Amino acid sequence: MAHQPKPARRSRRLVLGAALAASALVVAACGGGDDDGGSTDVGLTEDSIKIGGHFPLTGVAAPGYSEIPLGHKAYYDFVNANGGVGGRDIEFIAKDDGYNPAKTSEVVNELVLNDEVFAIVAGLGTPTHQAVTNFLNAEGVPDLTVSSGSLLWDNPEELPMTFGWQPDYESEGKVIGQYIAENMPDAKVGIFGQDDELGEDGTRGLEQFIDDQIVAQVKYVPGNTDVGPQIAELQKSGADVVVGFNVPSYTALSQLVSMKLNFKPTWFYTNVGSDSGLVGSLLEEFSQGAVKGASPLAGVYTTTYMPQASEPENDWTKLWQKVWDEYGDGSPLTNYKVYGMSQAFTLVDALQRTGDDLSRESIVETFEQDGADLGGPNYVPFRYSEDRHAGIGGLKLVEIQANGTTADKTPVLQTDVGDAPIEEYTGDASTPPSSGIPGKD
Amino acid sequence: MTTDAATRPAKRLLDLNLTRSLLISVAVLLLGVLLLESTDRYTNTQLSSLAYYAIAAIGLTALTGLNGQISLGHGALMAVGAYTTALMLDTETPLPFPVVALAAVVVTSLVGFVVGIGAARLHGPYLAGATLALAVALPSVALYFKGTFNGEVGLTVVQPRPPEWFVSFIDAVSGEFVTSTKYVAYLGLFCLVVALFFALNLRRSKIGRHWRAVRDQEVAAEIAGINLGRTRVQAFVISAAYAGLAGAVMAIVARLAAPGSFSIVLSLSLLTAAVIGGLGSITGAFIGAAVLVFLPPWVTSMSTGPGGLSDTQAAQMSPLIYGIVLVLVMLLAPGGVMGTLSTAWRRARLRRLHPATPTQKG
Repeated sequence: MAHQPKPARRSRRLVLGAALAASALVVAACGGGDDDGGSTDVGLTEDSIKIGGHFPLTGVAAPGYSEIPLGHKAYYDFVNANGGVGGRDIEFIAKDDGYNPAKTSEVVNELVLNDEVFAIVAGLGTPTHQAVTNFLNAEGVPDLTVSSGSLLWDNPEELPMTFGWQPDYESEGKVIGQYIAENMPDAKVGIFGQDDELGEDGTRGLEQFIDDQIVAQVKYVPGNTDVGPQIAELQKSGADVVVGFNVPSYTALSQLVSMKLNFKPTWFYTNVGSDSGLVGSLLEEFSQGAVKGASPLAGVYTTTYMPQASEPENDWTKLWQKVWDEYGDGSPLTNYKVYGMSQAFTLVDALQRTGDDLSRESIVETFEQDGADLGGPNYVPFRYSEDRHAGIGGLKLVEIQANGTTADKTPVLQTDVGDAPIEEYTGDASTPPSSGIPGKD
Repeated sequence: MTTDAATRPAKRLLDLNLTRSLLISVAVLLLGVLLLESTDRYTNTQLSSLAYYAIAAIGLTALTGLNGQISLGHGALMAVGAYTTALMLDTETPLPFPVVALAAVVVTSLVGFVVGIGAARLHGPYLAGATLALAVALPSVALYFKGTFNGEVGLTVVQPRPPEWFVSFIDAVSGEFVTSTKYVAYLGLFCLVVALFFALNLRRSKIGRHWRAVRDQEVAAEIAGINLGRTRVQAFVISAAYAGLAGAVMAIVARLAAPGSFSIVLSLSLLTAAVIGGLGSITGAFIGAAVLVFLPPWVTSMSTGPGGLSDTQAAQMSPLIYGIVLVLVMLLAPGGVMGTLSTAWRRARLRRLHPATPTQKG
């Protein structure tokens, strides 16, 4: 993971080379697919680029997450309607894995071997995506902008084709920890964490700053919807601040149980679990209509690393709204669609920068060489380089307001895993190109 | 049968059975090789999945169809096999896969023995409930012993590499390059054929007759000297062994052993496969497994395409179609595909032999 030493670059090139050689061999053995122009790679034709991703379109993880591919699709449709990338249309296939790793393996086999996609984009989930990274790297398939903040994707030695996207959970934990240490030094802090990378990495970041303030640490297992004992334990510990490293449904569950127990700490939820639109609808559903309101999360702290759907005045949000109005399905714009469109924007920028000699190897090179300059709405640039495959390098802490908007509690902060300092990000805020398409004015 | 056979009926019958099972198994093996060599890599991976579903379904169909025990916990038993495989392959020089698979079978059988002892005292819905609890609880073990099983993220499985002799053998046979995908498919096929061979023998052996006797006439079986408890435990252990082997194959096919893969949905899918195919029928287990593997991608690809449904709607179609298929099978063919076919065949034969005899109702 992120703490391992970085061995010599040679071995890494060797892995990448071996992976590409293996894929070349496979392609040669299969007759080469669409290889008619000599310069085209799998999934590419004169006028199309085929990409795919795996998402929970059905099942427990589907609410919210199933909207991410909708964002992707809308943005690619927008780009295609405006000439595509270098004359090629982007064809995006989203497959359902139901958030089940065995299923992920099946659908990624289908995408890579049957649909013959050029790259896997935005594969969602830590255990699910973990099931396919070795396969994708062995096949030499670019595995871009994974939709998870786990540090597992930042491993260029063993996974040279894999790149993360969102800020990692540890950095997020650090930012929350520093804020609590500075602004609430007397608070007694409880941790409510999902029993996986999300909870673990986040807690590790938090502990760097407030190890002595933590009075209780409880975990839940996804799938078990009874969090009563955990919340009761937090209440018993006397915690007046609770930090939740959890997914949206558990934000709703923890809020409901706390209401029942009359437990009113100051809540921090990480970005993953704080989408107020989704949490609001889940709260209404779980409480069978008993809990309603514009924003049940008013007063809750969270983090954000790019403009949200709730900021209609922001230029990026204006762009997403325009794209969604034209190419969406008529449903309202949500943060998950924004997330998908933002990832799509980054990918299109990388494709544009790679230019005419697009291949599986050259797109990976673009991410490694120009990764830090790749465009997108993120407040802080990506950390991509030859040695790092980690995504967005920072975020800011905000408080959710009653009307659903957010108020900044910190400036935009830049940081990294381990003992890297947390510093104010002083670069300019990014603005979308007037055409809405990277590389075009 | 010749007159010679009548003199030593038991031995001849056994030989006949063995020969028959062996012939069927070899035929399936050859068919499998033919299929694997004539299809593309994606179909190869689908056939690998078919292999593990079929192995598990054969085990479950033996338990339910022959012995009358219902298990909703076979997905959890597959997890035991998969985790054993993952742990054993994660070494500097892993043992050959057949050895690892055998170890997975042994470990799962032991777990099955413990569960089976409890299960032997339970019947019908109570047994279903107990095994359901197993399916729900067992994946949490991976979360509890995080140090060993790596929690929710699970254990990555290193796919076994094809040995030199195998690469040159396939090269000689078909001139194809053996990828690890194809090698895994062959390992799956091999395990499936072994599983099939034992199942074919089991059905016609003394053990199989005891199982059926216990299923159909408990009291008569006991009077005949069959130990009910021991027979039930035996059936559960053997069926667990199948689940363990299926789990071992699943681990190398899915390249991961994680709790999310072994949810209650897997256990229910296996039972559904056994029911759709026809309880107690080995061919039925194959048909059920094929439905599990080929139906979802087929439905999805049929529903998308130009002017079709969105990806999400298409994804929602496959559980829907799946449910409809299950309901239709229950309503129109309660014996499953194979049960209905064999009934129809028997009736046809009856009509041919005794044209005057009215066919049975029901």
